[in-house]
Amino acid sequence: MPKRLITLDVNGAPREVAVRPHDVLLDVLRENLNLIGTKRGCDMGTCGCCTVLKDGRPTLSCLTLVLDCTESRIETIESVARGTDLDPIQKHWGSEGGSQCGFCTPGFVMTTRALLRHNPSPNDDEICSAIAGNICRCTGYVKILAAIRAAAAEIRGTAPVEPTRG
Amino acid sequence: MADDVRDDAPRRDYQVIGRRIPLIDSWRKVTGQGPYTDDLKLPGMLVGKILRSPHPHARILAIDTSAARRLPGVHAVVTGAEAPAKFGVLPVSQDETAMAVDKVRYIGDCVAGVAADDEETALAALRLIRVDYQPLHPILSIDDALQPTTDPIHRHSKKANIHKQVDQEFGDVDEAFRASAFVERERFEFIGVTHAMTEPHAVIAHYTADGRLTIWSAQQVPHYLHRALADVMQMEMHRIRVIRPMVGGAFGGKSDPFPHEMIAALLSRGCGRPVKILFDREEVFLTNHGRHPTRTEMALGVDADGKLTGLDLDAKIDGGAWGSFGVVTTYYNGVLSMGPYRIPRFRYHGTRVYTNKAPCGAMRGHGAVNSRFAMETLVDRLAEKARLDPLQFRLDNLLPAHTTTVNGFRITSNGTRECLEKVRERSRWDEQHGKLPYGEGLGVACGFYISGSAHRIHRNRFPHSTVHVKIDMDGGITVHNLAAEIGQGSDTMLAQCVAEPLGVKLDRVHVYARNTDTAPFDLGSYSSRVTFMAGNAALRAGEVIAAKLVQAAARLTGRPAEGFVLRDEQAIYAPDPTVVVSYMDALHEAMAENGALVAKGIYQQPPPMGGNFKGAAAGLAPSYSFQAYVARVEVDAETGFVRVAKVWAAHDCGRALNPLAVEGQIEGCIHMGLGQALVEEFPYVRGGYILNANLLDYRTLTARQMPEVEVILVESNDPEGPFGAKECGEGPLLPILPAVANAVYDAIGIRMTSLPMTPDKILSALERRAAGRPRPVLQPA
Repeated sequence: MPKRLITLDVNGAPREVAVRPHDVLLDVLRENLNLIGTKRGCDMGTCGCCTVLKDGRPTLSCLTLVLDCTESRIETIESVARGTDLDPIQKHWGSEGGSQCGFCTPGFVMTTRALLRHNPSPNDDEICSAIAGNICRCTGYVKILAAIRAAAAEIRGTAPVEPTRG
Repeated sequence: MADDVRDDAPRRDYQVIGRRIPLIDSWRKVTGQGPYTDDLKLPGMLVGKILRSPHPHARILAIDTSAARRLPGVHAVVTGAEAPAKFGVLPVSQDETAMAVDKVRYIGDCVAGVAADDEETALAALRLIRVDYQPLHPILSIDDALQPTTDPIHRHSKKANIHKQVDQEFGDVDEAFRASAFVERERFEFIGVTHAMTEPHAVIAHYTADGRLTIWSAQQVPHYLHRALADVMQMEMHRIRVIRPMVGGAFGGKSDPFPHEMIAALLSRGCGRPVKILFDREEVFLTNHGRHPTRTEMALGVDADGKLTGLDLDAKIDGGAWGSFGVVTTYYNGVLSMGPYRIPRFRYHGTRVYTNKAPCGAMRGHGAVNSRFAMETLVDRLAEKARLDPLQFRLDNLLPAHTTTVNGFRITSNGTRECLEKVRERSRWDEQHGKLPYGEGLGVACGFYISGSAHRIHRNRFPHSTVHVKIDMDGGITVHNLAAEIGQGSDTMLAQCVAEPLGVKLDRVHVYARNTDTAPFDLGSYSSRVTFMAGNAALRAGEVIAAKLVQAAARLTGRPAEGFVLRDEQAIYAPDPTVVVSYMDALHEAMAENGALVAKGIYQQPPPMGGNFKGAAAGLAPSYSFQAYVARVEVDAETGFVRVAKVWAAHDCGRALNPLAVEGQIEGCIHMGLGQALVEEFPYVRGGYILNANLLDYRTLTARQMPEVEVILVESNDPEGPFGAKECGEGPLLPILPAVANAVYDAIGIRMTSLPMTPDKILSALERRAAGRPRPVLQPA
């Protein structure tokens, strides 16, 4: 099938890529643009590892046709740190033990970024709803919740919300 | 201080040991930069794909690859006939080949491999390969596999499709039961479960014109892959370099040398280009290697004084198509029941069968999980029969520290008593167990697991682990070892064990534990051996260099070396702390004569131990971890839904080198164990296909389904562990399943004998009981 040149807005910059109609965003990010921070866990929309933000909303890039993204702003994990200065979400993910193997982490960080933009002080119930589509097999989510609470507090500049669960 | 916790060891004011230390590689994870295997791209790299069997059991009459080879863009095609050498992780069961040679043995078995310019071309080439199959009768259940056959799945099966049988007896169990006040018997059914790690298997192989092979692979056991590649490729080991990129979860699921690794190597040798094979999620499920489906029959007796008298255990284990770790699994299903209780007589029959399903192998808590569930259920039932509190009954039957079990296990440190006492207190057990309203319950269970295997898989005299440390004039400390960082934190642990004796900041230490060309070998990340063995080797290497720094400080100051301690990046003369030499000054003095400081530390086989009988080595460990958990559940008797509200998890890890990481291991174990207890299952439908080969239908627990977890670390200070440490990555999975089941019994009076405890099973158990006697009246909330 012939390829067509399109322009994508990825991490605030226009990127020209040659794509086929059936190409999904995940493939274009990883293979064409070499943005390997977005992970491929299942290609079926079941694990959340490939989560990016499309117009600010957490989106499974493995199930998103790239042709549906030409009018959108795409944010990937590569946009989160400023150079080598980690974002509060990334910092607390490390210090609270939110990553073990780390393969799910970029997807979680993007989901959390969207959550905290809309809700700067989520309670545990709201956090669990937000991350319900992201699978972690290492941590049991306990330290992921701790990382999100701590990051939210730093971004707000107040003390963390008291845990209501583990 | 509990009587079985050592308090005589010198307490030290550690600088990096015992601190909550974020994993030193967490920046790679939170930025997504990895690299994991699939993040790597090599110039000229091709896409490899595997043709898999659509039949559970069939003879291959012919394979025609000519059309695939002619397809433009295809650079290599391989089939089983080109690499018939057998391999397997255990020397005693070398039953695998890179691809099927004469038969396929499960749906998903490898038949051929292709390497092409891109994925579309590779997939098109697979469709052009013609395979002439003669379907054979598939063996899909333990019962079918036990039937005598003239045409077994593997020719080496002598009677029926049996892979391994174990028979052990210590004392006369029948006599013990005759003398018992109560004997409880039950038959338990455990369906298989799988690792469901988030990173699919991935490998890159590059065979180059100098006749060398480099493999990048998501692996827990690079050393065993190294050995197996040498066998299959018919190459000397030193011509093969195994590199382990970051690994996105493993849990035992990446602890075999795999056919896809052999296929990538063969494809690359066929065309001289790098070849990457990345599994899709269905392939991850199809090739499984997860926990074995098991039918466990157990009997346990207690005498009139409330002491356990004997254990009779029979395990029928469904191994799937290949051996994998199955010989070990067969032993572990029996022998890992021999703690934490004193059991004076023990009989075990274990049988692992071959079936036409994906191979089962090692999974977190390997071999111990299902028998532990049975054991803790029967302990609870015996306590009830004897009218004893189940937690007190456990306390009254514990093995002490520093003892030997009837089957020859050498027990050293043992913190079970403290674990039980702590969860009793924190959960307010005495006030709540047996006293909660209908539908709510509290359950207790213990656990016991090896901290490494005392004996090697391969017969040789090499150390289990070797660590090299190098310090050059820049003061940076380089650590080489082959223990596999798979997310459990082993790189951080190695850095801590080297930094502590040197008294330096942790960020001076750089760990390189990923390349067989530069790392001295370590057996790998399995059997919960890394902290105990690689940690000890790292500590020894650090101590060798510390001695050189101390001698240099003594030369510079004219004071005796014995007086110096290393801390805060200084050598401090303890009798007169104003005498101080900086780390860099001591280093440069030490380097003046011989250059960079290099040292080696090893962990060698522990002292001889164990009995003199067949299988005596199985389950022998230099040390054991112990656990006691209490779970609180709510069971909805209308829907059958079990909600686990809270878990109090006490684990004896010897010493928590990094409490943040230890807690993470325990919480992760609870997540995985609860999955098996409540929802996870790996069912095969007729025809040998997996019903739920995707993460949505496999249903690992989400954040919302996790209970509140209160981790309680018990530090029994093991005499042989590094800084007293023992394992924490597998044992903590064991107690959660039976603790929940025992809590379900406390809540609704139903004993579950089959996992997972799904609502339909709970409801039908309630209905069966209702048919027998009136259902208890629901109490108002």
